[in-house]
Amino acid sequence: MIKRPISRRSLIKTAGAAGVGLAAPHVLIRNAHAFTNEPTGSTVTLGFNVPQTGPYADEGADELRAYELAVEHLNGGGDGGMLGTFSSKALKGNGILGKKVEYVTGDTQTKSDAARASAKSMIEKDGAVMITGGSSSGVAVAVQALCQEAGVIFMAGLTHSNDTTGKDKKANGFRHFFNSYMSGAALAPVLKNAYGTDRKAYHLTADYNWGYTTEEAVRSSTEAMGWETVEAVKTPLAQTDFSSYIAPVLQSDADVLVLNHYGGNMVNSLTNAVQFGLRDRVVNGKNFEIVVPLYSRLMAKGAGANVKGIFGSTNWHWSLEDEGSVAFVQSFGKKYGFPPSQAAHTCYVQALLYADAVERAGSFNPCAVVEALEGFEFDGLGNGPTLYRADDHQCFKDVLVVKGKENPTSEFDLLEIVEVTPVAQVTYPPDHPQFAGGQLGSCNPGT
Amino acid sequence: MDAIILQVLNGLDKGSAYALIALGLTLIFGTLGVVNFAHGALFMLGAFCAVTLNGILRLSSESIDPSRTDFLGNPLKVKTPYVESWFGPEIGGAMIEWSVPLAILFAIPIMAAVGVAIERGLIKFFYKRAHADQILVTFGLAIVLQEIIKYFYGANPIPTPAPDAFTGSFDFGMLLGFDPGVIIYPYWRLVYFAFAALIIGGVFAFLQYTTFGMVVRAGMADRETVGLLGINIDRRFTIMFAIAACVAGLAGVMYAPINSPNYHMGMDFLVLSFVVVVVGGMGSLPGAVAAGFLLGILESFASMAQVVSLLPGINQIIIYLVAIIILLTRPRGLLGRKGVMEG
Repeated sequence: MIKRPISRRSLIKTAGAAGVGLAAPHVLIRNAHAFTNEPTGSTVTLGFNVPQTGPYADEGADELRAYELAVEHLNGGGDGGMLGTFSSKALKGNGILGKKVEYVTGDTQTKSDAARASAKSMIEKDGAVMITGGSSSGVAVAVQALCQEAGVIFMAGLTHSNDTTGKDKKANGFRHFFNSYMSGAALAPVLKNAYGTDRKAYHLTADYNWGYTTEEAVRSSTEAMGWETVEAVKTPLAQTDFSSYIAPVLQSDADVLVLNHYGGNMVNSLTNAVQFGLRDRVVNGKNFEIVVPLYSRLMAKGAGANVKGIFGSTNWHWSLEDEGSVAFVQSFGKKYGFPPSQAAHTCYVQALLYADAVERAGSFNPCAVVEALEGFEFDGLGNGPTLYRADDHQCFKDVLVVKGKENPTSEFDLLEIVEVTPVAQVTYPPDHPQFAGGQLGSCNPGT
Repeated sequence: MDAIILQVLNGLDKGSAYALIALGLTLIFGTLGVVNFAHGALFMLGAFCAVTLNGILRLSSESIDPSRTDFLGNPLKVKTPYVESWFGPEIGGAMIEWSVPLAILFAIPIMAAVGVAIERGLIKFFYKRAHADQILVTFGLAIVLQEIIKYFYGANPIPTPAPDAFTGSFDFGMLLGFDPGVIIYPYWRLVYFAFAALIIGGVFAFLQYTTFGMVVRAGMADRETVGLLGINIDRRFTIMFAIAACVAGLAGVMYAPINSPNYHMGMDFLVLSFVVVVVGGMGSLPGAVAAGFLLGILESFASMAQVVSLLPGINQIIIYLVAIIILLTRPRGLLGRKGVMEG
């Protein structure tokens, strides 16, 4: 055996070659996956994270229908829905950047931990490049934070708390749905016209984040026009019978009851309030009135005839007659046999907005998508001219004030639009106190 | 004073529901020795009997009204309930309007059949198993029943109104010399309270004054000896399970107009009803009823704004707080028999 002496030069060469060899896979991987779940094949996977079980399962089912419709339209199927009315013409009905859109679904159960687990699974196991959906602000805030950490885009579903684009805002997260502040700002002038400026309001507020921000928004906007808040009582989220909370309203000298409740809470508290004859009362020489700041048609259905004549606000309604809304209602109605809910609308629009942003950016890279969505102005998606504000990733658009219909003509015809509040009236500065705290930060592409 | 009276009234109707569910739970525990976590689901099934009958009575024929359009712009399909076509708009309309009281008759055979099916098909295999096994299997059954209802009826609450004659409120204040409108109370909640009192009285009378009831009470006291006397106590206990299911079901039927039924409503009542049973004394029927009303009233008082401002969060824990105090000071509950669930 001949032993060759190792020269200093050959040692350096060998070490250099080994170093390059070891580093190569990392360099290649980094090039192959410049960001989390970069689609490399002919398809791209989106993750639809909606409540499929639990109390908001019906709303979740409607969101899922909307997403399936959006996927169909993005891939060139069906009648194209809002693709034809959307002001941006980047989408061609050939998927996203030529890749066929596929999707996976997760069940949020309307629980933050379950929602995070299902979103995590869709990102890590299924390779979802974007997560969207949900029917609760708690879930939206939790999943938004997860997506920020994971380096994927989060397009929020139904979430109304100020905090989603306030103190809990994240660079990778975007909200199309309106918020508590906007509800208060839109409702106040209508309430002033209908009930006057000399009113005493009693608030019943669901004891969680969304309830607090909604109470704060409605209180500040109604107090600004002269109303007095006589009492604000927190009610447990799990409360089903609100009689013991309604009874003290009778003893107070309030002449308006504001129910900062959503979902089953709203159905039960409104039903109980009507049962106790509040709407038949005359206090301070005025008819007693009830206000529900956030309305949903699906929830209004649960409250039945009790919603008649009661004011509230909503993000969108199927009876709107603009081109985009008509196209969406036709498309959805023909496929499923009933009109879409506001949850379905916002989810469908979010899916389209994400796909459009990717097309315009020419990349699925979350940072490119963020750049494409920030400050993006669009129209034709059902809410009039809309801005995705760069400062907080909140959409600014008209807000609908609605009222429970007195004589519905069908089971879907429960709410009537009383005013389309112009966007200028519901716009606020990014540093508004109700949205204070938290930083948007910078986008995270992951990997 | 008026606030106190109002909260007592509130507590009475809430306590009625607790008492009715707890009564059924105690009947099953006292006779079969089974801790039935599916009892809340039986309450929910009762409420959905009312929803179902309302739906059946609303089954309609469709005709086209070319003068109106639906949301897609197609001619509107106008629905006319069959009962209105068959019996005329007045009688047919009244049948739909009174669907909740009518659902009592509808629910009794259904709930009895469900009770027998559950007892014969599942529970009887767990008589000699540990209470933990019984709790697991009945809790599993409750979830299955919930999911079945959600599959057919969806997750949203379904409005099931009371007859028009019972909408509106009764002015108690006027009766007691207060100003008008100070103490008002919904008619249907008064009906609920009266109905609960009737059912509770009926169950007690049945157990106290019938031979069947006497045998059941004997079986509750000493099952083995009753069996040795040649009496088929198992068959009687099956019937008692069916009766308990009916009591829970009827409580649910009448509760439907108070809060729109949803698939989860049974779970909302279940835990509270178990606390009621424990506070009243496991196996004690009078204890279950007394504790139901007591805790219902306490819960109402704890929800008053003045109380909550003094003790924040008390409204959410009052029932459990009372349960802890009772269990520490009197482990067998208010009216519990010595030896039951002890040792």
